[in-house]
Amino acid sequence: MVKPSRSIARRFVLRQLALGLGTAWTPWVGAQAPPKGPVALKPIPSTGEMLPVVGLGTWITFNVGNDRAARDACADVMKAFFEAGGRMIDSSPMYGSSQPVVGHGLARLGLAARVFAADKVWTSSGARGPGQVEESRRHWNIARFDLLQVHNLLGWEEQLPMLFSMKQAGRLRYVGITTSEGRRHREIEDVMRRHPLDFVQVTYNLLDREVEQRILPLARERGIAVIANRPFREGALLRDLQRHRLPAWAAEVDCASWAQVALKFIVSHPALACAIPATSSVGHVRENMAAATGRMPDAALRQRIAAHVDAL
Amino acid sequence: MTEWWTYRLSDFLMFSARTYRRLFELHNADLWPLPVIAGIGGALALVVAWRRRHLSARATSMALTVLAAAWLWVAWAFQLQRYAAINTAGPWFAAAFALEALLLVAAGLASLRSSSEPPASGRRWGLGLFAFAVLAYPWLGLLFGRPLSQAEVFGIAPDPTALGTLGVLLLTSQPGDAIVARRALALAWPIPLLWCAVSGATLWAMEAPEAPLLPVLAAIAVTVAVRSSRANRAA
Repeated sequence: MVKPSRSIARRFVLRQLALGLGTAWTPWVGAQAPPKGPVALKPIPSTGEMLPVVGLGTWITFNVGNDRAARDACADVMKAFFEAGGRMIDSSPMYGSSQPVVGHGLARLGLAARVFAADKVWTSSGARGPGQVEESRRHWNIARFDLLQVHNLLGWEEQLPMLFSMKQAGRLRYVGITTSEGRRHREIEDVMRRHPLDFVQVTYNLLDREVEQRILPLARERGIAVIANRPFREGALLRDLQRHRLPAWAAEVDCASWAQVALKFIVSHPALACAIPATSSVGHVRENMAAATGRMPDAALRQRIAAHVDAL
Repeated sequence: MTEWWTYRLSDFLMFSARTYRRLFELHNADLWPLPVIAGIGGALALVVAWRRRHLSARATSMALTVLAAAWLWVAWAFQLQRYAAINTAGPWFAAAFALEALLLVAAGLASLRSSSEPPASGRRWGLGLFAFAVLAYPWLGLLFGRPLSQAEVFGIAPDPTALGTLGVLLLTSQPGDAIVARRALALAWPIPLLWCAVSGATLWAMEAPEAPLLPVLAAIAVTVAVRSSRANRAA
């Protein structure tokens, strides 16, 4: 296991405070709620570096090809994301043109230094891994990635040693693995137990809660930060929820929409580092980032939220 | 791929419907006025096919060669230059379209040896499918609230090109064909049919209302072709 670096952690907390981006994580309890404030941050267990609890995914939404207007619209989404205090953007070589679109946005905004760049390696060929990582880096147009993950465990036996050696050489800060929609959880657990991972990315949302049983407790035990993908089930979850009235308790945790309830439910789990909703809408990214502010549900309210959604 | 049974069709859709429709809008704008010229050319070809009940060997060969050029053009200009930017399978689709162009050229050369009138059902359905692909398909989006700027035009976009090709193949598959010509024409069927299935699946995953259209029309084309072939053998 990689030991936490206190100096790095301190440096990042200070940097966040200097940027006015956030306060340390506090799971606010129901009625004793303070007003909405800065974006909530949580520590990456392996270093203590603080990260905003809401990030930005790019699956589908940023795959807009060579459409100049759509690329600029994605840059506008990124601008709103950063303005609201966001940092982690997550992409993959599997996401079509998403990587160059992120690179276009970073270049246009001049915010390459601000982003927490999370990407993936997605090839079963060990020999192709380094070349793919370099190609991804060129698309993003950044000096190095903060986090690289083995996408859907594809060829992890060969890719993980490559990523760990990059980290050791200072060309990468964090290493992780991903899966989605409940696939290969046994294998994920096995890799989590046997390798000094910094991050694991899994599907976790109001309906897909299987990871609560084993993976999230294991992540806490092993000091691995968890990223939640598919927080809205690619929008399907919200389309279903929006047919129902927002319950009164939503106001107790400063939620004005089902999207915010869904995100606060996820990021308030003690093992979660952040959720990465994807969107192509400036309005939605602001709404998502607002879920990273204000009061958060405690354990009792989290149970109530889950039970309420199960009953709908 | 492990646990393949857990994947849904929508899991393979890596772009939004909006991005997909914008492809055609940008494609048409970049090629303007080629989409109009292609539409007029298709309509003229339809008139010729309508009026000539008897397609000469030379006319058949020419039609298949022009069709081959359309497939090659769509392979390069649409599949490779445009679609590949949002779909990692784009280069494979381009290769398949280029291969179809070769198969159509081969079928055109083989057809030089034969010509006779096709059975009535084959001709009627062939003309119908070709007319639908050329005349109706570009306007289809209007029914579903999409602008004409996103029109999919025969010879420019893959769907109407594949559908129109099935129509032409029905028109050019003739009972008196030499066995070489029949085999060459038969080889030109699978790729347009596969494309109708792939595109239908893509549209289905995007929840597009017209998703069943291409697979259903392709199935009709196959049914008609099989029946025509049986009728020819019986005759």
